Amino acid sequence: MAGNDSCHPVATDSVDASIRAGQHYVALVGPPNAGKTTLFNRLTGLRQKVANFPGVTVEHHVGRARTQQGREVFVIDLPGVYSLDARSEDERVTADVLTGAKTELGRPDSVVIVLDATNLHRHLLLAAPVLALGLPTLVVLNMADDLAARGGSVDTAALAAQLGAPVALVSAAKGDGVEKVMQFLEGSLARPHSTTKRVELPVLQDLPGCRTWAGQIGTKSGYRAPAPPVWTRRLDGIFLHPWLGPLIFVLVVAAVFETIFSGAQPLMDAVEKLIVTSGNSLAPLLPEGLLRGALIDGVWNGVGSVVVFLPQILLLFLFIGVLEDSGYLARAALIADRTMSRVGLQGKAFIPLLSAYACAVPAIMATRTIENTRDRIATILIAPFMTCSARLPVYLLIVAAFIPETAPFAGPIGARTAALLGLYIIGFLAAIVTAQLLRSTILRRERSTFILELPPYRMPSLRSLALRLWDRALIFLKRAGTVILGVLMVLWFLANFPRTNGQPPDPEHSYAGHIGHAAEPAIQPLGFNWKVGVGIVASFAAREAIIGTLGTLYGIENADKDSDKLQEALRADLTPAGAAALLVFFAFAMQCFSTTAIVRRETGGWFWPTVQFSYMTAFAYCSALITHALVSARI
Amino acid sequence: MQLDTPKPSPYPKSRVQLSFNKLRGKKLESVQPTSLADLRCGQHAVLGDLDVADELRRRLMEMGFFPGSRIDATGCAPGGDPRIYRVDGSEIALRAETAAQIRIRPLAAAAD
Repeated sequence: MAGNDSCHPVATDSVDASIRAGQHYVALVGPPNAGKTTLFNRLTGLRQKVANFPGVTVEHHVGRARTQQGREVFVIDLPGVYSLDARSEDERVTADVLTGAKTELGRPDSVVIVLDATNLHRHLLLAAPVLALGLPTLVVLNMADDLAARGGSVDTAALAAQLGAPVALVSAAKGDGVEKVMQFLEGSLARPHSTTKRVELPVLQDLPGCRTWAGQIGTKSGYRAPAPPVWTRRLDGIFLHPWLGPLIFVLVVAAVFETIFSGAQPLMDAVEKLIVTSGNSLAPLLPEGLLRGALIDGVWNGVGSVVVFLPQILLLFLFIGVLEDSGYLARAALIADRTMSRVGLQGKAFIPLLSAYACAVPAIMATRTIENTRDRIATILIAPFMTCSARLPVYLLIVAAFIPETAPFAGPIGARTAALLGLYIIGFLAAIVTAQLLRSTILRRERSTFILELPPYRMPSLRSLALRLWDRALIFLKRAGTVILGVLMVLWFLANFPRTNGQPPDPEHSYAGHIGHAAEPAIQPLGFNWKVGVGIVASFAAREAIIGTLGTLYGIENADKDSDKLQEALRADLTPAGAAALLVFFAFAMQCFSTTAIVRRETGGWFWPTVQFSYMTAFAYCSALITHALVSARI
Repeated sequence: MQLDTPKPSPYPKSRVQLSFNKLRGKKLESVQPTSLADLRCGQHAVLGDLDVADELRRRLMEMGFFPGSRIDATGCAPGGDPRIYRVDGSEIALRAETAAQIRIRPLAAAAD
């Protein structure tokens, strides 16, 4: 897994000259797993944000570091790459930034290359092309503590003389040696004077030649490679044990589920309560009428319906952060690979698909750890079939309305539980069927490959976990405050206009009602009336929006999934067959504006989101049609 | 049946040899492993040619797979696939199908 943040945000600032503000500009570059992001966090702390270059999906963290003399330095954290070959987008952007081909910023004033000291030979492969650029460069050998603990050593002065660049031995996780990086940022770290003859830089295209060069450099600088990590061996003996390994894997997955569903519930309830009460107490401050309606019902409650998911998403990221930083995530991907390869996916798809049970948006962003384009597209296309948490309130409402609480299913399992479980299972099965279908159709020609580096186990640092969560929270709130807000405003407008004598129309005659009526011929065969149709239209912004919309249409205030009145109204308006069809439709349909937006961004065009949207909607429609026919025939 | 001394193959190390080894299966312990997939846990060897597409070859090299490097089979996932190899200071997991495309020589034969 990449050591840097595996998930990237939706809304970001664009990189242009103003972001640099004329300050000294330093680029941070390094291979994955070298601890580059940890060093970046050490240097900038909270004074960082995410930005992207126009026209590319690769994003970076940019931040400001303050040196001891109070000088502000602009730092950009480039994506982790093994080379500057420009084969992947990450590599292309890194090469463009370092050569100044990205004219927005110009060439960096200096470069900090972060390498893993415990794996110097391999990581020096990246140093060759970076040093060849001729910019003032600091070579940071990170993981100094690991190197020493495992009996390795290196003569930094000799290495500096060989490379012609200053070298700092650092432990970014512990903070040791970071002051040397600060000195370099101040410009006070002198370039070493070479007394012995340096090994010439190799021809960059010749990888074996580069490796020979790295080996010579290592020998001349007295590099003693550390012993293989003993603790990692021992832990792998447990975590990859033939039967203990899979057992621990299942327990970890179960713990993640338990936490994001049960554990997050009290927090989510608290957030919801906070939003409703604050909305109610804010309302009297505004004059009665359109403004109050738009601000409180449209904006406040709308954004609230999204912010409610914040605790759940943060808990999910906390889990993923601990698993990734500790090194277990790579082992989980390894264990999952065998099973995933059977359906044409690979082990690294496991984390995105697990995340998709909370929300498809972070899941699709997490597919960036999959370098193989074919595998990545396949994972992106099936991720929204996983039952995300926005579907759950809809499921709960309809299941509660149509299945009595005491109805039995089998033994101690009630019919309600069985129905919910069934919905999770059909979503999962649809994903598998789709993956198989992709393998034999549009993604047939390309091969799936799996190469995974297993980093040593490490203790996750609280500091970097906290920074990561802070980052996630800001990005999520920003998204809720922009895209989703806009869509909700439009929906509120559609449900409350046109006005007659300044009064909102009754739902049937609102614009939303007209849309619902227009959709009726299409949804009648599924057993839905126009009100459900409006709900479905609203749910394309966000699935759970159907609940609030139906509440409005049936004239029930503060409708939520537990509302008895709403359940009653649904029972009166929908046949059991229609209810079953609605559930199936929700299980399969791509009703999420944010997901479509993120798929467009991550795949760099409208092709894949269009394919995905059409396929899922058609799949959902046909399945709902069949379900309706089957259930109607049986009753 | 067990051969006492492995006879040098009349064929170059090619697909003929590979399928020949496959046909005779696990009984012929003494037949030298020719691909990384033949290497058992705990064994080590020297990497030979990487018979893979250019893209994958470069990627493998970036992960430390250079012809002539020592490689150790250190373990595998539960179920035996993917396998874990230690090469150039890092542990890398590969599927058996990829490992089968990577040629190896026994360590003793290494010139370095």
